Amino acid sequence: MAGNSSSLIRRLDWLLIAVSLLLIAVGWMNIYSAINVEDRSVFDISQRYGMHLLWIGISVVIDALILFAIPEKFWSAVSWWGYILMIALLLAVLVIGVEIKGSKSWISLGAINIQPAEFSKITTSLALSLVMSKYGFSFKNFKDAALAFATMITPILLILLERETGLALVYVAFLFVFFREGMSGWWLLLGAMAILLFVITLAYSPFIALLTALGTIWALIVIESKESNLWLLAVAAGIAVLSFLPKLLAVEFVSRYIHLSAFEILAIIVAAVSVFLIVRLLIRNPRAKLMRNALLSLICFIGLIYSVEFIFEKVLQDHQRARIEVLLGIKEDPSGVGYNVHQSMVAIGSGGLTGKGYMNGTQTRFNFVPEQETDFIFCTIGEEWGFLGALFILASYFFIIARIIYSAEKNRNNFTRIYGYCVAMCLAVHVVINLSMTIGLMPVIGIPLPFLSYGGSSLLAFSILLFIFIRLDAER
Amino acid sequence: MAVYFRKKSIFIIVIAVVFLVIAIRLFSIQIIHKEYRITAENNALKYETQFPARGRIIDRNGLSMVDNKMVYDIMVTPIEVTAFDTLALCDIFELDKEYVVNCFEGYKRDRRKIGYGSVYFLKHISSEQYNYFVEQSFHFPGFSASIRSARRYPYNAGGNLIGYVSEVDQNYIRNNEGYKSGDYAGKTGIEQAYESRLRGEKGYTIYLRDAHNQIKEHYEDGQYDKEAVAGEDLNTSIDVILQAYGEALMKNKVGSLVAIEPSTGEVLTLISSPGIDVSQLDEINKHYSELVNNPLRPMFNRTVQSAQPPGSVFKLVNGLIALQEGVITENTMYPCHNGFTVGSLHVGCHSHPSPLNLKQGIMMSCNSYFCYTLRAILDNPKYESVEEALTKWHDYVASFGFGSKLGSDIPYELGGNIPSAETYNKMYGKKGWRSLSVISLSIGQGEFQATPLHLANLCATVANRGYYYTPHIIRGSEEHPLAEEYTTRHYTMVDTSYFSTIVDGMEMAVYSPGGTASVARIPGVVVCGKTGTAQNPHGDDHSVFICFAPKDNPKIAVAAYIENGGFGATWAAPIASLLMEKYLNGEISPERKWQEQRVLDANLLDKVKTR
Repeated sequence: MAGNSSSLIRRLDWLLIAVSLLLIAVGWMNIYSAINVEDRSVFDISQRYGMHLLWIGISVVIDALILFAIPEKFWSAVSWWGYILMIALLLAVLVIGVEIKGSKSWISLGAINIQPAEFSKITTSLALSLVMSKYGFSFKNFKDAALAFATMITPILLILLERETGLALVYVAFLFVFFREGMSGWWLLLGAMAILLFVITLAYSPFIALLTALGTIWALIVIESKESNLWLLAVAAGIAVLSFLPKLLAVEFVSRYIHLSAFEILAIIVAAVSVFLIVRLLIRNPRAKLMRNALLSLICFIGLIYSVEFIFEKVLQDHQRARIEVLLGIKEDPSGVGYNVHQSMVAIGSGGLTGKGYMNGTQTRFNFVPEQETDFIFCTIGEEWGFLGALFILASYFFIIARIIYSAEKNRNNFTRIYGYCVAMCLAVHVVINLSMTIGLMPVIGIPLPFLSYGGSSLLAFSILLFIFIRLDAER
Repeated sequence: MAVYFRKKSIFIIVIAVVFLVIAIRLFSIQIIHKEYRITAENNALKYETQFPARGRIIDRNGLSMVDNKMVYDIMVTPIEVTAFDTLALCDIFELDKEYVVNCFEGYKRDRRKIGYGSVYFLKHISSEQYNYFVEQSFHFPGFSASIRSARRYPYNAGGNLIGYVSEVDQNYIRNNEGYKSGDYAGKTGIEQAYESRLRGEKGYTIYLRDAHNQIKEHYEDGQYDKEAVAGEDLNTSIDVILQAYGEALMKNKVGSLVAIEPSTGEVLTLISSPGIDVSQLDEINKHYSELVNNPLRPMFNRTVQSAQPPGSVFKLVNGLIALQEGVITENTMYPCHNGFTVGSLHVGCHSHPSPLNLKQGIMMSCNSYFCYTLRAILDNPKYESVEEALTKWHDYVASFGFGSKLGSDIPYELGGNIPSAETYNKMYGKKGWRSLSVISLSIGQGEFQATPLHLANLCATVANRGYYYTPHIIRGSEEHPLAEEYTTRHYTMVDTSYFSTIVDGMEMAVYSPGGTASVARIPGVVVCGKTGTAQNPHGDDHSVFICFAPKDNPKIAVAAYIENGGFGATWAAPIASLLMEKYLNGEISPERKWQEQRVLDANLLDKVKTR
């Protein structure tokens, strides 16, 4: 317990508080710019900027309560109760929720709507912190690992049922926390590889995906195996030359009998060599864990590559499929699904180095960009403040995230450290997905930009998330 | 705990790398790629074109042949239309509900083509309806009223001469700089010839618009707007009243009627009949196929495009050449016994006293006389061969402006044809022909072809006693002085002194007993004229007449070419002389009223064989 409030004030991370409040202020300015075309009072709560101002006020009051009125022990004490309450709320939403824009994730409280899914990030973070900070917790212990995963997956499933795919996706953030707390990094690599192969299969062909998978596994073997790597390199170079040989020599008879492209030949040769290597190493040392894993992942990858079409056509919803197609350039659709991204890129791109000036953005102010005050708020920044403004925002986020990680690592309290990672990863995943979406690096995934986007639930959830950490961190 | 520190670094490094990727992407789209900025401008700035008023076309007396009127149209942007009160809309424009329903079915059918664009809902509504609609327009989202300037033709005269203005097509845009789709341009006649002066300069107003294409505000308070500059008024030499009168005379006849002021070369009237009615010019697209399919070819500007043998009026030229060459004098007498006969060759002529001199030959239009004359020219011992003589003759004829485009400002002028030695070498073989082979040239038949404008120019040349100004429609101004070719006297190769004989012959044709053109007499003015009857193997002969008046200081020279009109004196002479009388006296004298009535009532169309 803190001795007195004045020492607490000294112990608070005021820089973090200042930067986050700055982002909130910048957010409000840009929401105002994006919406306010007529001149109306900033306090007009019939307008979204007026409403947002109200939410900012509420957030600041709650943040102050968190910092000064609620003891830090409170959070670990109530984390399970909070978690259970939130699960109940998410379930309740499925029954009594209001449907807005196709997702049944809102609870209507008269004039305002609340989205519990936004707040469940906080309770899940607290619950996971409690689970993983338990003495002797280890991912090698099946029970511990199962509890952690279950804690993470339960809200994901409920949020998916509410058809808030984007918000559910954000829970990937907790996987990184698991990694920090001892989960094998291979799982992350495996996941990343799976996404990569999915994309390659869609954008190019299963052959190239197969090539990538084999090449990666091969590279891992080369890196991890104790054998001399020289001959492997020689084989690789040989294969590369060989596969293009028919083309280089323009040998007619080869292409007459073998109707394969250079890439396909390359794929086949790489596959053959990989299988040979794996089998050889397995025969020499059947218990080599690396080899076993490599073989298993290879089989998984091949399975994935050949089920991509099924997943894409049958599992994904139409709009999700369309978004991915547009992102990968499989389909051009500048007036349909591609419209958002295209207009968003046009808005940001037209900002240039220094932007068009505050309240002067032609694209965002005149509604070219849909959802410009919520998910696409970054367009207003990119257009009106230019590259420098965008860079400033990016730097602010990086500062917040890096500082949380830094403080978390310094903190001896496991609960605080894990919670800090949860906060940092949630923020990072939100920021990366949102920004990538607005600049056409990722498919459109409807999640807000922390602190900046319009929306009371999101603003409140992120500031509570962050300020709990600031309060916890004050007790080193 | 070493491994944990390593992990912390991994986290921060990975996040830094991902943020760096985002920053690079931002740099790329914000700094490197310019197309986003351009797209943004196209997105947000709406350039509303301000169409300039086209210049007026003004006649020699300051009357507007063409000016502008405001046309009110109703446009509709189908994609913006929401439910509206159909009956109220029908009330405003006095429409049937059916019409509206049909329109919208059409828009639905063409929705891909229309897209976000606008289409005409109603054209040419009254200004009252326009004003009423503007008041009510907020009830009808997606509908808008537009005002544009369209051509107005105060006189029903000069359809072909003026030409039409229509929207430019892709082909036109490719070949002419400075046009965009939606622009209008003069396509024929004066509108085409002086397009660059008449069109003016487009302006634009820049608006900011939103994603729904709705105008939000005037961009930068209009400081980057450009005002449209109205086209210049064009002063022409045409006498629109005379043009209208001439068109009335030419009604139901096929042919041309051209009048030139000899002292300047200014074209007073240029009539091709049948022509385009000015009421059709306004909406040429609607009438286009009708005009093109009309067997009488109203789009065809006969005055400059119908090159045909001129008949006897050409005798004047041969007479002048012979005088200049010294092969005859004005007193040279030739016989005529109902024609010119050499061996089996016979060129017929009508009954008249014989022998006769040059003036009489012109007066009575004796074929025989000019056959002798041409033989004298071509068999001139001065030249080694008939070939050389014909080449000389060719040069003489060319000096009258024949055989090539005169260079007027009337679009699509044709040059006609003067046969050369080469022409006959091809036809008969070298040395395979002699003067008798080409004898029909003497009377303006055979391979010689001239347009009615050429004939009017010939008449002006004779009226000027030996020179002409290139015929033109434009009048000079301080800003645009006349081109040099319109202010230069083009002398023929014939001495001016020889012309008086020819002029006397033309006077006698009108005033001496036995003259062919007594029908052309105008009270109070001395008229000189020459009839022609162009042989037509396909039907009735063409009636040709050229005349000028007064004899001294001529004010007007006219050529009339009436297809299938028979003798020159039958239709061409009355028409040409009536036009002249109207111009010189302002009205037709009572004793010639019957002639006027006869011409106005005549319908020669059934004589015309159409292809």
